[in-house]
Amino acid sequence: MADAAAPFRIKGETGEWEVVVGLEVHAQITATASKLFSGAATAFGAEPNTQVSLVDAAMPGMLPVPNRECIRQAVRTGMALDAKINKWSRFDRKNYFYADLPQGYQISQLYHPLVGEGELEILTDEKDESSAKRIGIERIHVEQDAGKLMHDQHATMSYVDLNRCGVALMEIVSRPDMRSPAEAGAYLRKLRSILRYVGSCDGNMEEGSMRADVNVSVRKPGAEFGTRTETKNVNSVRFVMAVVEHEAKRQVELIEGGGEVAQETRLYDPDKNVTRSLRSKEDAHDYRYFPDPDLLPLELDEAFLDDCAKSLPELPDDKRKRYEGLGITPYNASVLTAEVETARWFDALLEAGVEPKQGSNWVVAELFGALNRRGESIEQSPVSPTQAAELLKLVADGTISGTIAKQVFEIMLETGQGAAAIVEERGLRQTSDTGAIDAAIEKVLAANADKVADYKGGKQQLFGFFVGQTMKAMAGKANPQLVNERLRAKLG
Amino acid sequence: MSELTAKTIAELRDGFRARDFSAREVAEAYNAAVAGAKALNAYAVETPDDALAAADAADKARGNGDLPPLAGIPLGIKDLFATRGVNTTAGSRILKDFKPPYESTVSANLRKAGAGMLGKLNMDEFAMGSSNETSAYGPVISPWRRKGSNVGLTPGGSSGGSAAAVAAGIAPGVTGTDTGGSIRQPAAFTGICGIKPTYGRCSRWGIVSFASSLDQAGPMARTVRDCAILLEAMAGFDPKDSTSLDLPVPRWEANLSSDLKGKCVGIPKEYRIDGVPAEINALWDQGIEWLKDAGATPVEISLPHTKYALPTYYIIAPAEASSNLARYDGVRYGLRVEGEGLNGMYSATRAEGFGAEVKRRIMIGTYVLSAGFYDAYFTKAQKVRALIKQDFRKAFEQCDVILTPTAPSAAFGIGETTDPLAMYLNDVFAVPASLAGVPAMSVPGGLDGQGLPLGLHLIGNELDEQTVLNAGLAIEERAGFTARPEKWW
Repeated sequence: MADAAAPFRIKGETGEWEVVVGLEVHAQITATASKLFSGAATAFGAEPNTQVSLVDAAMPGMLPVPNRECIRQAVRTGMALDAKINKWSRFDRKNYFYADLPQGYQISQLYHPLVGEGELEILTDEKDESSAKRIGIERIHVEQDAGKLMHDQHATMSYVDLNRCGVALMEIVSRPDMRSPAEAGAYLRKLRSILRYVGSCDGNMEEGSMRADVNVSVRKPGAEFGTRTETKNVNSVRFVMAVVEHEAKRQVELIEGGGEVAQETRLYDPDKNVTRSLRSKEDAHDYRYFPDPDLLPLELDEAFLDDCAKSLPELPDDKRKRYEGLGITPYNASVLTAEVETARWFDALLEAGVEPKQGSNWVVAELFGALNRRGESIEQSPVSPTQAAELLKLVADGTISGTIAKQVFEIMLETGQGAAAIVEERGLRQTSDTGAIDAAIEKVLAANADKVADYKGGKQQLFGFFVGQTMKAMAGKANPQLVNERLRAKLG
Repeated sequence: MSELTAKTIAELRDGFRARDFSAREVAEAYNAAVAGAKALNAYAVETPDDALAAADAADKARGNGDLPPLAGIPLGIKDLFATRGVNTTAGSRILKDFKPPYESTVSANLRKAGAGMLGKLNMDEFAMGSSNETSAYGPVISPWRRKGSNVGLTPGGSSGGSAAAVAAGIAPGVTGTDTGGSIRQPAAFTGICGIKPTYGRCSRWGIVSFASSLDQAGPMARTVRDCAILLEAMAGFDPKDSTSLDLPVPRWEANLSSDLKGKCVGIPKEYRIDGVPAEINALWDQGIEWLKDAGATPVEISLPHTKYALPTYYIIAPAEASSNLARYDGVRYGLRVEGEGLNGMYSATRAEGFGAEVKRRIMIGTYVLSAGFYDAYFTKAQKVRALIKQDFRKAFEQCDVILTPTAPSAAFGIGETTDPLAMYLNDVFAVPASLAGVPAMSVPGGLDGQGLPLGLHLIGNELDEQTVLNAGLAIEERAGFTARPEKWW
């Protein structure tokens, strides 16, 4: 841990409290076009009940058949989290009645999950690699999602949309290793990043393809774990952090007020920023889990596992280290690898032959700045890595100056034209024609005879003024190094 | 029985090909027989047009040479099999008037083989019962009666409509399903043959689930050969059922042989139980003699966990059923009875939709899976099941096929057995093979003192239906069982 980062503490009347957080993240396997046990489609936003197979609707005599691609994606995800892949796993039924659950049970994995223990590294401070902390992953299991009830369609009845019913989810269960809202946020962001690198889940929290159950308890630092509450279905990083913050405070106040934290399920209301009790432990369902007799155990062979392993891309941590090895600053490396799209864009830039350090600085400063201003994501960037490489090469080989490069980039963003073409067309090529530079210098010195006198009288700092004026006279196209040289020669 | 309805499936098939009669004549003869046997209550739905359409197609195709194996054969289909556009209710009010938009794999296989459908056969509700008395359509009445008595007898269950139809000559062959004896016990009660193949031989896709790890479809017919013919058409790998066996279907009929030279017949000592009528044990001994006569060597074997089979079954089957039947909730199809809120609707629907036996099993199943009881009941039952499987594995190191009685009694009267536990005892000989997933068959052995059929039960090793059928054939040839119920309906 970074010594600079003081541990997160809640100051109560009886002293300081530590918060303990564990997350259960439900990530939809969006890499596959069909559901976990049926061939129905899974596209977001379809008309209600248009993506429902006979199996999803639990018609009599219908049977589930595991979707191999879903299993493959979950295994790849497990591998990306350095987790133990269980070659033998099994599906269990979680039994309960609800109108969005046609089978009357959810097919899940309680006793023998597909993926066992793993871990993930978070940086509590992005700029400081010594702030790294490892968060344990307890397990990942694969399960079906339920459908959706719509209560606002009819005065007295609820409507049921079964489109989501049977969609494949990975439930990624962390250890209670997080100790602050920031750590919970960093964990969720990192997990999302890895899922997106692997491609198993698009991490789209707005569309519900990723959501978290947040387990929170408080204790005096070093004491035994306290009783935890579970806040269900939190659907953004910001809300997860808010839940941790709010729940921890609520629990401290409760305990200090002489009360006890009840082990219960809670819901988060983002409008009021509060959590409220959904059901207590006493009301908890008895899910009567048992092995699903319609399904055989999942047995994975070496060839399948090898294929999963080979298909994994370079993951964010490895990529960051590689970038740093190329001379890129730790901060830039961290920013460039956080999102898979950025990393892909930057890799393409490197492939196009751009010097890494120059390229990274340009992306983080110029490209991000422009995209921010334009409200665009990197996938929407009007300038492709190849086009950017063309621009950066013109700077590197002295064809244009850095100042001109900014101008050229703006024109590229607006017109989509190539950098070289813009430079040619608009005559922006940097000039090393000493005759032209000397002529410009002569004019500048002549026009500012008083300043020349001052300079010669000892006001050395006026040198910059002459450079600026010369560059201006040359419309920015003069080679700055030559301007410097010639000026020094002239001024003596 | 008309001349045509007296024929076996093999005879119908061969006679049709030899142009002795047309498929339409066969279908019409059976349609008439079905229409004239309403007193048996064997059919829940009659589909004469379906049988005629298939017959006409068969007649039309007869010139072509490559006729499918069951061309010209009309069959009865147990109401547990989903049949497209035709009521499929599993004998339950909760599926009243349910018409699936899909066809079960097994019935689709039979249709592909050229068979027509005479109708849907009555059964115990959700296949839970041994007497057909739990059906929402009312009990099936066996065509058999005790000598000099008019008392209505049960055909057994749960495939009671199936068994009664074959025995009464209102179907030449039928589909049944067997979870813990539901093909074999009714076959024994009605003097016909029925085989439950190895678990996974027949796809469960489209068969209303009772207990998924035990349910298996199988044929019921008058002869061993007919069972072999039907099973060949029904079986086969189905990618839509994860528990389906990805193996080619053996040519059981072509390989039928009653020569058992070199085969050992296991006689399990644990199947000699108290309270079984002497006539049944005598028939068992007779069966051993018949198999010896066919060249087999009897050997005493031990299946030490037999006595735990029934309790194990009555934990596992209800546990799975309690979950499998959760989908009948009034939300999407079948019966809905309005109530206070969602839970009120669930309760009202299921209270009215399910019969007493189904409710009993849902409650047992829910109980054995509930927190605090799961390990004591369900986990332990799974362990015992593994031991029972091991019993059979060891036994088949010593023998090729096992001979036992099929049921501990002959058919009983409707309403005579009211104690559920006494009813469960009917399957005491049938259940171990179900738990082990091995093939087993009942063939008629003779009549008891009251003139009622008794069956002999053959259990084979995993995937070895052939030896079961061959031993069945040897018994059939020697038993010379030709008795038919006297028509009273």
